[in-house]
Amino acid sequence: MPEREFLISPGPHLWRGQSVSKIMYIVVLALMFPTAAGVYFFGYYALSVVAVSVAATVLTEYAVKKLRKRAFVMDGSAVVTGLLLALILPPTIPLWMVAVGSVFSIAIVKEAFGGLGHNIFNPALGGRAFMTACFAVKMTAWVSPTGFGADAITTATPLSSSFIWEGDKISLYRDLLLGNIGGSIGETSALLILIGGILLLALGIISWRIPVAYIGTVALLTLALRQDVIFHILAGGLMLGAFFMATDYVTSPITARGKIIFGIGAGILTVIIRRFGGLPEGVCYSILFMNAITPLIDRYVRVRPYGLAKKVKSEG
Amino acid sequence: MPESKLTARSPIEPIPLPEKVIIPLHQNIGAPCETMVKRGDKVLTAQKIGDSERFVNAPVHATVSGEISATTMVVNPPTGQPVAALVITSDGADRWVELEAPGEPEALSVKEILGRIREAGIVGLGGATFPTHVKLSPPEGKKIDTVILNGCECEPYITSDHRVMLEYGEKVLSGLNIIRKVLSPDTIYIAIEDNKPDAIDHLEKLIVAMGFKEDFKIIPLKSKYPMGAEKTLIGTILDREVPIGGLPLDVGVVVHNVSTVKAIHDAIFEGKPFVERVVTVTGAVKNPKNLLVRLGTPLKSLIEYCGGIDGKASEVILGGPMMGISQPDLDFPVTKGTSCVLVKESTLIREQDCISCGRCLEACPMHLIPTTLAKYAKAGRYDDCKEAYIDDCFECGACAYTCPANIPIVQYIKVAKSELIKRAANK
Repeated sequence: MPEREFLISPGPHLWRGQSVSKIMYIVVLALMFPTAAGVYFFGYYALSVVAVSVAATVLTEYAVKKLRKRAFVMDGSAVVTGLLLALILPPTIPLWMVAVGSVFSIAIVKEAFGGLGHNIFNPALGGRAFMTACFAVKMTAWVSPTGFGADAITTATPLSSSFIWEGDKISLYRDLLLGNIGGSIGETSALLILIGGILLLALGIISWRIPVAYIGTVALLTLALRQDVIFHILAGGLMLGAFFMATDYVTSPITARGKIIFGIGAGILTVIIRRFGGLPEGVCYSILFMNAITPLIDRYVRVRPYGLAKKVKSEG
Repeated sequence: MPESKLTARSPIEPIPLPEKVIIPLHQNIGAPCETMVKRGDKVLTAQKIGDSERFVNAPVHATVSGEISATTMVVNPPTGQPVAALVITSDGADRWVELEAPGEPEALSVKEILGRIREAGIVGLGGATFPTHVKLSPPEGKKIDTVILNGCECEPYITSDHRVMLEYGEKVLSGLNIIRKVLSPDTIYIAIEDNKPDAIDHLEKLIVAMGFKEDFKIIPLKSKYPMGAEKTLIGTILDREVPIGGLPLDVGVVVHNVSTVKAIHDAIFEGKPFVERVVTVTGAVKNPKNLLVRLGTPLKSLIEYCGGIDGKASEVILGGPMMGISQPDLDFPVTKGTSCVLVKESTLIREQDCISCGRCLEACPMHLIPTTLAKYAKAGRYDDCKEAYIDDCFECGACAYTCPANIPIVQYIKVAKSELIKRAANK
């Protein structure tokens, strides 16, 4: 046998091949459903918001990595942030504001904390909170769905106190489900969000625990408060938040029980803000708050290792 | 996980005797052996050439007849420690020592049986190389109620135990019957993963034919790595948990690998010391095979017998792909714990930062948080590793296999464990 050099590498010598970038691009794929709904209902301008947001997040990530002298990996995480941010913005938001928000999302919320895997807050939600503080008027300017071409008509979002629905409940639920209603670009069609979410569940990308605990808590609390349960589930950012934001690996707990606690906490906060707070919608801040206490949850909510109880018993 | 059992249908082939063998003096997890021979000595096949006074030890034997031509040092990658080894140049005649008279287990006392097992140099052949006579000598007061014969072979690629069950089934069962005599447990299970239906069928028939129907019970198990790990096996079959840092005997169980049990048969019924074993040679070799190999045969000879390395494979792994260790030196010999030689292309992928996806938690059979252990280990926070139950980890690699960030979690854990051992030793 001819002499040849052999390598050594740490085991295991098999890899499942589920890479970070594959996961991110599957999320991007799942987000295409709500994105398509947003473009369908709010027209080409919504598409340009998405394009600017994604371009700005990716470029910001590239620039920050260069400045920090780190390798830039096109792992798709910046694309996910860009998409998510666009989907939670009003459809008439000026593009320069979108760019400012995107830069903030990546440069401050994500990279300043160390980049992917180290950030405390969901970058897209952090960016949105920043924009709400800076551009309060534009961030709350809602229009009714116009599709392509027609002029935008100012409207109230379903959750705001000035929202009036002149029709029966069934048609309201139908419009909320399909997305033919005022709101952020990507959060109008509960149905398409659900399709994207189910795709992520089916492919094992996300666990059911956070969405189920989150939406379930909102349902139970609104029921207890004698509110319209179906309306609260379908309206606003709950569906998008529960399936795509609260399930962000980095900023949510790692254990199964921790995920349930996270979902319940976000649900309680969302209902409190919607019902008793000064804002019409509470999904964004609820998730950001739960992001902040995620390290605490991970610190104290542990799994019982195999063989532990037995040891305690034999010692005692 | 792909099973890649390329050699499941390849009958065991004995390979020609090597011109020389290298016998490391430390081939068990216990104490090393002292050499009993010197350079120039003539030795016979199966002659004992290394032994120790220590209890946790198994002697080593010459595996060919010939002359001790050199004493050397070999480096075994798992420890990185050099180990003394004896080189025997074969005379080609394969003359055996006079073997101990074959015994009937019924006529032998437990003490005599254990003595023979020890003298035969038998260790756990699943890879742990724990001396078998020690495992069969539970301390006073520890009652063993269950014996599990482990025929899971859950690692991808490896088929040596599978073939041993098919081709030496009778020997495996009568070896198991010897264990029954030694430990007199209430129950004896034979655990086999359901990806080996032929082995399950075969042993089922043999159990009936050999009259063991009342004694042995086959448990087909789901093929899911790491099913064959002792702790997983005990948890799955008996719903018992081995305490952290404890042994199966703490919960009244002893687990033995099928090849070990076959070696017990050979020692008792044939008086034969453990000098050869079945090794799967697989992956990127021209003709993957299951080989019957004398211990001490250089890896090179096995690979050459299988037609050499195919393509541009760059890594040789001793053991399976999950828990096996890279061995760049092909002059290194087959040792007692070598169940598989896997040749494959090296896959070096850049490690990324953890994204806390939680896949490693789901994969961990010990319900640990592997990524946290790896983070602590990376930061040198070894006491935190200890508090996070690092001792519970048996390094199956299921976490690193599934990790999307390709973090060598097991490697970090191994480093932390060895640091903790060093610290404990310095105290």
